[in-house]
Amino acid sequence: MSAAAPVARSQTDMTALVLTAFTATSCIGRGRLEMLTKLKEEHTGLARCAFESLDLDTHVGEVSGVDAVRLPDGLREFACRNNRLALLGLGQDGFTEAVAQSVSRWGRRRVGVFLGTSTSGILETELAYRHRDPVSGALPDSFQYRGTHNSFSLAAFVRQLLQLEGPAAVVCSACSSSAKVFGTARRMIAAGLIDAALVGGVDSLCLTTLYGFHSLQLVSRTPCRPFDVARDGISIGEAAAFALLEPLPASLDADAVMLLGVGESSDAYHMSAPHPEGRGARAAMLQALASADLEPTAIDYINLHGTGTPSNDSAESRAVAAVLGASVPGSSTKGATGHTLGAAGALEAVICALAMQHGFMPGGLNTTQIDPALGIRYLRENRRGRVARVMSNSFGFGGSNCSLVFGQAG
Amino acid sequence: MRQLAPLTAYLDGIGLLGPGIGDWPSGALVLTGGTPYVPQSTVLPTPGALPAAERRRTGSIVKLALAVGFEATSRAGVDPATLPSVFCSSGADGQNCHEICEVLASSERQLSPTRFHNSVHNAAAGYWSIATGATPASSALCAFDASFAAGLLEALVQVVVDRTAVLLIAYDASYPQPLHAKRPIADAFAVALVLAPEARAASSARLTATFTDASTDRIPEPQIEALRSSIPAARCLPLLRRLARRETGCAVIDYLDTQRLAVEVVPC
Repeated sequence: MSAAAPVARSQTDMTALVLTAFTATSCIGRGRLEMLTKLKEEHTGLARCAFESLDLDTHVGEVSGVDAVRLPDGLREFACRNNRLALLGLGQDGFTEAVAQSVSRWGRRRVGVFLGTSTSGILETELAYRHRDPVSGALPDSFQYRGTHNSFSLAAFVRQLLQLEGPAAVVCSACSSSAKVFGTARRMIAAGLIDAALVGGVDSLCLTTLYGFHSLQLVSRTPCRPFDVARDGISIGEAAAFALLEPLPASLDADAVMLLGVGESSDAYHMSAPHPEGRGARAAMLQALASADLEPTAIDYINLHGTGTPSNDSAESRAVAAVLGASVPGSSTKGATGHTLGAAGALEAVICALAMQHGFMPGGLNTTQIDPALGIRYLRENRRGRVARVMSNSFGFGGSNCSLVFGQAG
Repeated sequence: MRQLAPLTAYLDGIGLLGPGIGDWPSGALVLTGGTPYVPQSTVLPTPGALPAAERRRTGSIVKLALAVGFEATSRAGVDPATLPSVFCSSGADGQNCHEICEVLASSERQLSPTRFHNSVHNAAAGYWSIATGATPASSALCAFDASFAAGLLEALVQVVVDRTAVLLIAYDASYPQPLHAKRPIADAFAVALVLAPEARAASSARLTATFTDASTDRIPEPQIEALRSSIPAARCLPLLRRLARRETGCAVIDYLDTQRLAVEVVPC
């Protein structure tokens, strides 16, 4: 996998990495087994929005029981919905134990933490603004900026919880955030600064994104219908998804999942709308293939960004058709999970890993009539079969694009 | 453990803007002691390179980031459209965030679409790519007070691993009250570095970073040390001071609680 790549000279130093462990928690379940079950049942987790005091007529992918999660003593400064969701997610599938084993292999300082979020614990700030001192305007004494509001709060919390001391950063490029962390981690490992990396993304429901996307008229009233002829916007979800990236061991299980390629680009076009021809998306996908040293025909399935907005799905379909052709099966799993924003890249990476290990391509839910103008092969129902190489797209505001390629060893 | 390539890059251009500092030459003069430091509120230029529609929508944080980006790429003599970029900031647009929180705490909750898209941490990166036409990868990072060092590390790693020149832009501005009381960032400050894998005519120094347990360098001049410690992006100042003085040696800058970043400077 280290052969010279035609597009990005860069990637010649890169070797494939293995996802030693991975897990995700979203509105379709806590951990892999629940999520796999819901995906196989083609069950959406989207429901009418009853979050907080919201007065919007929409559907959301809310994770149940987040408020009941208690942070350990000593880490209370991190108390916010986002870090509770992070803790809930880290507790599944033996993930924290896998991180501990990685630490014993490499050392605390040799395990990096690179996580994505778009809004971190901003909900705490939104709530604190309702309780300002009537005279001074001050926020309540209990409000903790550093542990909740600041974007780095997520990585700081995870580092302290798991006692990691390696390099860390939060990638905060809206909806591409937790795809781009795979690129950051891979470069850090290639540079020899770390041996392993905990990557992932956590984003949680808050008023800023719900009312914000609403102001842009990008939120659907119904559960989102990516690639449908009548698609009319996103459904916002929340998720915590993590992977542990390590160098390939001497021998690899046949069902082990590897990160093979990463591609990143900028649209240089508009803050909140994709380039209509999918120019940046195309560049990211080509670069991801080049860095994986794969031909487009090697991709068995593409997990689309597929937000369900008219403009995203149109631009993305053009890019996919141009890069992979019109016959590669693809779907958006956001009809099941909602758009989990800064967690979407990592969540969909985990879905891709499950698809490969369990031999199925998840169908895109809620879509009844595929838009004939979008010339790609969109799956509305699950399909069984071997899935050995997958691509996953994540695109964000500011024209930030990231495509990942994963593969199986066997 | 694998043998590491040194985390080395050549510095081809600097941009700087902060309280009482209008650009890199004026900042360098202050840092060499050639002129006394006179703290004044940061003066933000208008970003002429943005289309008028985008210009109207940008807040001070974008003006700040774009100003140093253009200064650094111009000094390096490189076309900004060709460079991948790393943007790092502790809090991005605090004014915008405050206004969103005020609206959401009101009975109306009607956000402006522009306010919402400006709220993303990578807004400056987005406007930069629109202003310059830069389509390579752009990263937007946050590491609280370690944001500058985290950005520098990411930029150096890209230089070394991807063998490409990279533009680093670190920037922070104040929150208005009541957030300012919870996160007191003194004023607006931004620094940009163009870092490249090979020495060129424009290269002024070779930088090599390593992790260290040593403590962070303080600035001997109290007012400049106050600037360093009161704005996350200004944590770069021990490095800039050495660059301004064209001194060979090591600058230790703030990184995470567990370790600092030592940057060896060799002028060229």
